[in-house]
Amino acid sequence: MAIESPKIMGYGTSPKRKEDPRFLHGKGTYVDDIKLPGMLHMDIVRSPYAHAKITNINIEPALETPGVLAVITGKDLDAAGLAWMPTLMSDTQMVLPVEKVVYQSQEVAAVIATDRYTAADGVMAVEVDYEPLPAVVDPFKALEKDSPLVRPDKGKDTNHIWHWEAGDKDATDKVFADADIVVEEDLYIPRIHVASIETCGCVASYDAVNGKLTIWMTTQAPHAIRTVFSLVSGIPEHKIRVISPDIGGGFGGKVPVYPGYVIAVVASLKTGRPVKWIEDRSENLQADSFARDYHITAQLAADKDGRIRGMKVKTLADHGAADAAANPSKFPAGLFSICTGSYDLEAAHVEVDAVYTTKPPGGVAYRCSFRVTEAVHTIERMVDRLAVELDRDPADLRYQNFIPKENFPYKSPTGWEYDSGDYKQALDVALERIGYEDLRKEQAEKRARGELMGIGISTFTEIVGAGPSNTFDILGIKMFDSAEIRIHPTGSAIVRIGVQTQGQGHETTFAQIVAEELGLPVDNITVEHGDTDTAPYGLGTYASRSTPTAGAATAVAARKIREKAKHIAAHLLECNPDDLEWKDYKFSVKGVPDRSKTMQEIAFAAYTNHPQGMEAGLEAVNYYDPPNLTFPFGAYVCVVDIDPGTGVVKIRRFVAIDDCGTVINPMIVEGQIHGGLTMGMAPSLFEEIPYDENGNNMAGTFMDYLLPTSLETPNWETGNTVTPSPHHPFGAKGVGESPTVGAPPAIVNAVVDALSHLGVKHVDIPMTPWKIHKLITDAQATTA
Amino acid sequence: MIPGKFEYHVPADVGQAAALLRHYDGEAKILAGGQSLIPMMRFRLAQPEHLIDLSKVPGLSYIEERDGHLAIGALTTESELEHNATIRDRYPILKDATDVIADPLVRNLATVGGNIAHADPANDHPAVLLALRADVVATGVDGHRVIPIDEFFLDTFVTGLEPDEILTEIRIPTAKSGTGSAYLKLERKVGDYAIGAVAVSMVVRDGVIAEAGVAMTNVSPYPVRAVQTEAALVGRPATAATFAAAAETASQECEPSGDNRGPEEYKRAVIRTLAERAFSLAAERAN
Ligand SMILES: Cc1cc2nc3c(=O)[nH]c(=O)nc-3n(C[C@H](O)[C@H](O)[C@H](O)COP(=O)(O)OP(=O)(O)OC[C@H]3O[C@@H](n4cnc5c(N)ncnc54)[C@H](O)[C@@H]3O)c2cc1C
Repeated sequence: MAIESPKIMGYGTSPKRKEDPRFLHGKGTYVDDIKLPGMLHMDIVRSPYAHAKITNINIEPALETPGVLAVITGKDLDAAGLAWMPTLMSDTQMVLPVEKVVYQSQEVAAVIATDRYTAADGVMAVEVDYEPLPAVVDPFKALEKDSPLVRPDKGKDTNHIWHWEAGDKDATDKVFADADIVVEEDLYIPRIHVASIETCGCVASYDAVNGKLTIWMTTQAPHAIRTVFSLVSGIPEHKIRVISPDIGGGFGGKVPVYPGYVIAVVASLKTGRPVKWIEDRSENLQADSFARDYHITAQLAADKDGRIRGMKVKTLADHGAADAAANPSKFPAGLFSICTGSYDLEAAHVEVDAVYTTKPPGGVAYRCSFRVTEAVHTIERMVDRLAVELDRDPADLRYQNFIPKENFPYKSPTGWEYDSGDYKQALDVALERIGYEDLRKEQAEKRARGELMGIGISTFTEIVGAGPSNTFDILGIKMFDSAEIRIHPTGSAIVRIGVQTQGQGHETTFAQIVAEELGLPVDNITVEHGDTDTAPYGLGTYASRSTPTAGAATAVAARKIREKAKHIAAHLLECNPDDLEWKDYKFSVKGVPDRSKTMQEIAFAAYTNHPQGMEAGLEAVNYYDPPNLTFPFGAYVCVVDIDPGTGVVKIRRFVAIDDCGTVINPMIVEGQIHGGLTMGMAPSLFEEIPYDENGNNMAGTFMDYLLPTSLETPNWETGNTVTPSPHHPFGAKGVGESPTVGAPPAIVNAVVDALSHLGVKHVDIPMTPWKIHKLITDAQATTA
Repeated sequence: MIPGKFEYHVPADVGQAAALLRHYDGEAKILAGGQSLIPMMRFRLAQPEHLIDLSKVPGLSYIEERDGHLAIGALTTESELEHNATIRDRYPILKDATDVIADPLVRNLATVGGNIAHADPANDHPAVLLALRADVVATGVDGHRVIPIDEFFLDTFVTGLEPDEILTEIRIPTAKSGTGSAYLKLERKVGDYAIGAVAVSMVVRDGVIAEAGVAMTNVSPYPVRAVQTEAALVGRPATAATFAAAAETASQECEPSGDNRGPEEYKRAVIRTLAERAFSLAAERAN
């Protein structure tokens, strides 16, 4: 590959990120950098209550504040038919309430003023009278008959939202009936928040003269947003332009539409001026969509010799006040049914019930590939749980039950077809790297001295790249993705894609795809995205789907160009196209390598000397509909030490071996893994949004929502194996979420392993010092 | 998170600053590093009408040993303390503390004067200065006065400073020979306030603890010395058994309340662990 033309920088090379100079020089353009003439500022009045009737809103004192131009309430929106909006999960959510609020910090009214400070003063001046209603906090109690209703507007007499199942119930019951042993555990995956460093916001600018609405917006999916806005507002789609500028982290939290976006648009329509809305940190943490919040009961059935045979999972999903997940519409629980993981089971049955509570809406996929974090946590914990029960080494039990590599493509008991995998190899590499045998010896010695040390393994299977359009859509829009490539006469190129980077490095990796496929230097390729007026239609970036979908589209479009280029080369070399071969990034006559044409020469000819009868130019478009998802995987091993005096868990070592098939840019992949591992550690040890019995958010600022920093982060040791995807044009799988998905159970397994001799069988995350300390003291109390 | 309206004053010297305080009579607040005050203003938990910024007042930032004490100017930043050789070599407890206060960015701005003037039981310097038996110099329009640290912290966020007084200096008695000190803190993450922390300074003579100062962080309504724990140390041999028993006393003497950092029993256990470790570290340093 690419040896004599290092400047091409194709697959497997690590050019520096093209986007970094702009970020490192402070020249990025984030939404808050957008400043338009005459721009107004919006700030939002929010509810102090989780559940309350609104008896009166007095906007007069706010309107009397100098500089305040307008105050928008639910009544104003109701008159325009905009008091409610659809969520991406086809639920409905209040934009501004008319009757009652259903979560703390819910938007109640918006103040539009000449500057940000005046808007904040206006917010303080709005007087809202509330009549508190009982909060619905516990999702189990929410299902009881006498529970107050969160959403009477739904016309049902229950807070239950939906029930969903996967797998074969009868077959699973049968396996359970004749298995030797069944282990069961309750797992809670708590509510957490993406906490991207850039909060959400927009600048909405309606130009009354040409009737065009432009919205600069922190969104991971600009095209889908444009379509939804058009359908909801009635503004023709060509009169709406959504621009997603540089995004300071999305992680799934910037897929949904938040009330603030809609209100800002209404405010611009109303005032005829651009309106900027930027959330502050507390608003972001308290009101924007959360993730996880799954109450899981899982069972594994196995034989005495360790063969895992079946799995049953029942889950209660706390969706808050609206199901505002951004899952594919046929998958209300996302891809949770991947929960049989890397193991060859006979049968499995998964059930999820969703419920409304008086908490912020959501269920967004926070770097979790649509609920795969919850699925992986379940299976990886349960395998360890079984290992303890059978007194087996957890690595050994995994080896026994892995799907063998010869069995791919593998049909899982819940209906997925895994494309490729070599789980044994990944675990071999990981155990070797960490020195597993020696660690077990060290652990035994430490245990004898009363010291607490544990080793945890996670051998996870991911499922990313939604998706085949026959099964995957969001609000009816199929989940293909797109690329458009145009080669300029001098051999440089512009690539426009339907996905949207939030830090993943698309501007570099997508240029590398074109570089590799067309033999053009990566530096001469510009990648653009995020502007719906120029980029091809796409569903956006989340769920690790960019490389599997738009990356594939880019390769396919490039190959179309290469095909045309071949004919031009034949014309230039005066030979038959069939006599040409593509080798070393150029077309040469088979057997006569000296007679060749580079893509740069061909590009020039495409505009100056193309064959008679052929269209001029060199460009192509592809809308790629993947035949299947891709199934990245990995083997993680974590070593922890626990301080019995304080309960503090310290990650001593963490080895992460990932397999995402063909790697485009190893440096960027490693960066993704580092970030993802840190985001996997975060909820394992630090992050949670708890609510008190009145529905008050107990972690609404960064003082209590404990985002880890570099100082809490261990030294990640990364490595990889390569098992290409057989159906992806160049064998790649997604990778951005593997580490977030795979890391938590490795850490939990290590902690449980450190405490298992005390009788500890499970710990829910976050494993805070006080929780661990209590487990230790309780265990000492029972043995004493 | 936008503060309410306020007027901003930049006095040129301490005299002007004190005069402004007197003039605005309770409506003004001193702004030092702003790392406690500005967050409170942004949350509108504090809404002072006037801010008197000390940052242009010269001569309030220094670390000097003189007249039997270590004098620290009120505007000395945490990072200045952290990187000072005298502190590192001779007052390890202060180095222990500054290392774990907030994060490096906050430490570049936060001042030691602000840290105690704020009288937040969660702040780390109060316990350290209590353990060290420091004095505080207050300056008003009419001159200076010295307040012993034991009389400085009156309640949560309430100090012995008069409304028109400015804290200008902190005086720490020069360490006697045989002194060892330590500050151990447990936090949920870097930048967090303490789950609990223990400050100790002791003089060990011939293997016996001759003097001891102990105070704790974030486990009482306001910073106070742990007199029972001190009594459990003084006059006893500097041994593991003494430290374990005194640590037990500390865990009973503190008054934590349950919150996001953990329930009360856990905090008592943390104090026991930290106290035992801090006492033996201090004794080790005394040699
Ligand atoms: C993220 C974060 C984490 C933190 N973590 C910790 C921690 O772990 N431990 C810790 O101890 N602190 C912590 N702090 C607080 C930090 O150390 C504060 O800055 C410090 O407590 C106050 O110092 P300041 O100079 O910023 O004072 P300011 O915020 O300017 O003032 C605080 C108060 O003291 C008054 N004041 C200040 N100086 C004087 C003076 N010379 N005379 C009279 N009154 C005065 C002010 O009027 C105000 O009421 C943290 C702060 C932040 C933002």
